Amino acid sequence: MVSAGFADRYLPDTVQQAVKIPVVGAFGVGKTTLVGSVSEIEPLRTEEVMTQASVGVDDLAGSSRKTTTTVAMDFGRITLSPRIVLYLFGTPGQRRFWDLWEGLLEGALGVLVVIDTRRLEDSFDVLEQLELRGVPFAVAVNQFPDSEFYGTTELREALDLLEDTPIVMCDARDRGSSADALITLVEHVLAREVVRTPEAAS
Amino acid sequence: MSGPERPGGEAGEAHSGTDPESGGAPLRPYVITRGRSRPSRNTVGVETLLVATTPATPLPLSAVREERALVRMCERLLSLVEAAAHLELPVSLVKVLASDLVDSGHLTARSGVPQAVLPDPQLLQEVLDGLRRLR
Repeated sequence: MVSAGFADRYLPDTVQQAVKIPVVGAFGVGKTTLVGSVSEIEPLRTEEVMTQASVGVDDLAGSSRKTTTTVAMDFGRITLSPRIVLYLFGTPGQRRFWDLWEGLLEGALGVLVVIDTRRLEDSFDVLEQLELRGVPFAVAVNQFPDSEFYGTTELREALDLLEDTPIVMCDARDRGSSADALITLVEHVLAREVVRTPEAAS
Repeated sequence: MSGPERPGGEAGEAHSGTDPESGGAPLRPYVITRGRSRPSRNTVGVETLLVATTPATPLPLSAVREERALVRMCERLLSLVEAAAHLELPVSLVKVLASDLVDSGHLTARSGVPQAVLPDPQLLQEVLDGLRRLR
């Protein structure tokens, strides 16, 4: 409802192909900041309703109830060329939101995992899930002013990443830096594809 | 103007002469979609691009307010998730509605990457070139 009017809302009619990259991370890690710094539109918020059995959480004397949770997801958009538009979805990483991933991972180019070195342990679950699902991803380390600096080798070890998973330092507030993180991811995905299908594309 | 605070009311506040006797009461998503929680086709995703078919075919009288709002929102090219956000409707609901409206020929879909098909290197290269231009 920004005063810019509705004209900016729409995509050029030449756009034929939409692609997406979920930006996954724990709460407060800078996902929305990163999405916002590269998005050409003011990030939009959408809500998804999830129904889940409330297991282990304040289970009232064996009453198994279902709870409905509303999950907000912020997303942004970059028109990359007259033909292609990219959507970035800030997606919560916590285990209870994994149902939400299903629709997002399907057809995604790859996943950018944002981490905060002050709370590395928050990202273990996410990284493990992505490895299990065979989804290509890159890790963007969002540097907060009071973060201690760790080298990528140290981080790779601490996060127990596969050898070819890229790690990139980034400042989520900075457009160029956020773009670099995305570039690192797509380069990684492209390298994988080329290995997988040698000459197939030609 | 009709009833109080409906989800998506602001954009969906059509001239509701054709609304089925809802009397403006809040409709739950399940009711709006006539009891379905999954779309009729599995090719609509959050990033599916939608645009109203031209020339426009009038919607049937039975069309709900949210369907009318969605078609109006897609008067020009927009992704499903953006339409949902602007209409303040849950994405899962808009998927069902959009899928129906594509089936009925009111909306045209330009899909994202077909599911289960890996993005081809040429597309990835185009994405990469586009991202590099942001620098």
